[in-house]
Amino acid sequence: MTGDRRRTWLGLAFVSPWLLGVAAFTAYPVAASLYYSFCDYDVLSKPVWVGLLNYRDMASDSVFWKSVGNTLIFNLMALPLGLVASLALALLLNQPVRARGVFRAIYYLPSLVPAVASAMIWLWILNGRLGLLNTALGAVGVHHPPQWLGDPAWTKPSLAVMSMWGCGNTVVIYLAALQGVPRSLLEAAMIDGASAWDRLIHVTLPAISPVIYFNLIIGIIGGLQVFVSAFVMFGGPGPDRSVLFYAVYLYENAFEYRQMGYACAMAWMLCLLILALTWLASRSSRRLVYYQGE
Amino acid sequence: MPATHPRWLSLAAVLAAGLAGCARHADGGASGSRVVVDYWEKWSGFEADAMQAVVDDFNRSQDRIEVRFLSVSEVDTKLLLAASSGHPPDVAGLWSENIPDFSEKGALTPLDGGIAASGLGPDHYIPVYWELCRHRGFTWGLPTTPGCVALFYNKKLFRAAGLDPERPPRTLAELDSMGRRLTVVEIERAGRRVRVSFADLTPGEREGHHFTLVQLGHLPQDSGMYVSAWGFWFGARYYDGDRRILANDAGNLAAYRWLRETTQAYGVDNLRDFGSSFGIQQSGQTPFLGGSEAMVVQGPWWPNFIEKYAPGLEWGAAPCPAADGVAGGAPVTVAQADVVVIPRGARHPREAFEFIRYLQRQDVAEKLARSQQKFTALSQVSEGFLAAHPNPAIRLFISLARSPGARALPRLSIWHEYNAEMSVAAERVQNLGYTPAAALAEVQERVQWKLDRVSRRWDAVGKERMAEWRAYSDW
Repeated sequence: MTGDRRRTWLGLAFVSPWLLGVAAFTAYPVAASLYYSFCDYDVLSKPVWVGLLNYRDMASDSVFWKSVGNTLIFNLMALPLGLVASLALALLLNQPVRARGVFRAIYYLPSLVPAVASAMIWLWILNGRLGLLNTALGAVGVHHPPQWLGDPAWTKPSLAVMSMWGCGNTVVIYLAALQGVPRSLLEAAMIDGASAWDRLIHVTLPAISPVIYFNLIIGIIGGLQVFVSAFVMFGGPGPDRSVLFYAVYLYENAFEYRQMGYACAMAWMLCLLILALTWLASRSSRRLVYYQGE
Repeated sequence: MPATHPRWLSLAAVLAAGLAGCARHADGGASGSRVVVDYWEKWSGFEADAMQAVVDDFNRSQDRIEVRFLSVSEVDTKLLLAASSGHPPDVAGLWSENIPDFSEKGALTPLDGGIAASGLGPDHYIPVYWELCRHRGFTWGLPTTPGCVALFYNKKLFRAAGLDPERPPRTLAELDSMGRRLTVVEIERAGRRVRVSFADLTPGEREGHHFTLVQLGHLPQDSGMYVSAWGFWFGARYYDGDRRILANDAGNLAAYRWLRETTQAYGVDNLRDFGSSFGIQQSGQTPFLGGSEAMVVQGPWWPNFIEKYAPGLEWGAAPCPAADGVAGGAPVTVAQADVVVIPRGARHPREAFEFIRYLQRQDVAEKLARSQQKFTALSQVSEGFLAAHPNPAIRLFISLARSPGARALPRLSIWHEYNAEMSVAAERVQNLGYTPAAALAEVQERVQWKLDRVSRRWDAVGKERMAEWRAYSDW
């Protein structure tokens, strides 16, 4: 055995625990789910090949389309809100003020609260009769504040606002990017008489555009898989199925109705949907993202 | 009856299921010279303690079998996954509504052979509970503790409303009129906020809905049973027993019209506002236990919760009245049962059945039922059991379960989905977004489509399954 080949085998032996783990817990389940998506499969009985039936059923399943609509509407609200709010917070936290570190820690803290715990907290903030929000609105003279979690019209906006609670991670990424904005460009713009707003629009944002793009892609991927908040807070599809998100309906089919074949087909469609939206985002942002090295 | 677990718990259950499947004993199922029978049960707290005491009695009563009792949350999901991995327990405690689904999927062992050999049979049980254990001509489980529902009412609130606390409603019209009388609203009159009974509002005030609900007489959607089950009180049939869903049956339409009338009377926003003050079910935040609801439909377990969360509450119980002419005037109730089954692939089915058989002994069943403040599914009941029972309403529940008006939930493998669709329809009707006919027509279409799919599968595998089950009947 030559030295190179020996080193290759040795290297493979060292990474073999990882390879085995990926093969058993990622590659196999992914491949199996693709196979099951073409089967009638209830976990217990043998899968029966049904071809494209699950995919065809999806097309005619009105609740499936409702879940797609709910997820897209939620993302159209939550994604821009999250991107803008976290960027705004990062810009504020980047200002040279006293106790900046304390402020940064405070805004990051909610990200450390487990998703289930924060959902339980928001359940009581948004409670229609006893919640903090409506009590506050009542105190300033709003007599009939909305039923945030009871009225189908308000459930998705409520969850979208709630999703900002965990934007600390994104803020940290923006903060890191803001440190990398070339000081020379900012100073040059200042000498040329650019206002703070102009410097933000013409220097800072282009400089951090790859990071905004990264957060957008991560936001799309995470947003389409939204699950915990709806699942914990509503314990079901919510009023008039208004928070029946894609992942919630997928879970219902897999583990409540035991339609594992249908759920696998849904999972693959979600994967394709995420790929398509990510591709769309990358196409449309090509001219908007500036890479310094290029 | 439907336990109202937060659904995120079931997610945790699924994640834990893989581990549960690994819980097979390293000793190969023998403890000394005894055969070890693993028993998973859904109960926790005092209910689990009660079953543990019965298991201990069984283990002491003989020297061949040792039952190991394990309290398992979300037992249905875990059982299904454990069975699919080939490592199920020997005995599992499920809900009767799991039987059609689990048996058709091949997760259970038919018990008919053991039942015939041990002298048990339909005569041993209250008919509705025996019926609940059967599906496609086979018996899949036997009941441990059964349930059915009755109307609980708060006597203090009856007195405060000027009603006789010993005279609960006897007809549906009385349930509605007493419900309105017992409903208290806060409304502005002559510049002052005053509290009055809903029954004393002027027609204009009622129509305007400019009031806040402080106390409700009766809210159909707040009950210990599925909201879809109200159809039974209007004579509904849900399923023809073969290939047809009957979601938009006349009884269901009448029940959903009745649900809508409640919202029309009190107002959608007012009910949402009142409903948002509810907390977790079966806790002190439940409106009946918190003293803000006068009547609620619940099961024999309800006094346990009253005792725990509202010990001073002065309550009574009575049959929940049905629409005129339903069940020939007999009291109507909906029955469900906790059942024990032997999962397919259990290592010691004979020993498991021996334990299940032990649970069917009258003295054993009565001990368990008394400790859990419930009754037994057996046709015989001892005077001692009734005399010493801690639940004052126990005779009422037994008589309701034996009533010709006792109804079983449809034995349908897709009942879970059917019920989910019916619940969405009920909510849409209550929110006045849909008419009962439109909401139920959608349920009919969707669930029929699902049943057709299941039926197609059954047509393909049914013969094979039945042959398998018959072959098993001589075990």
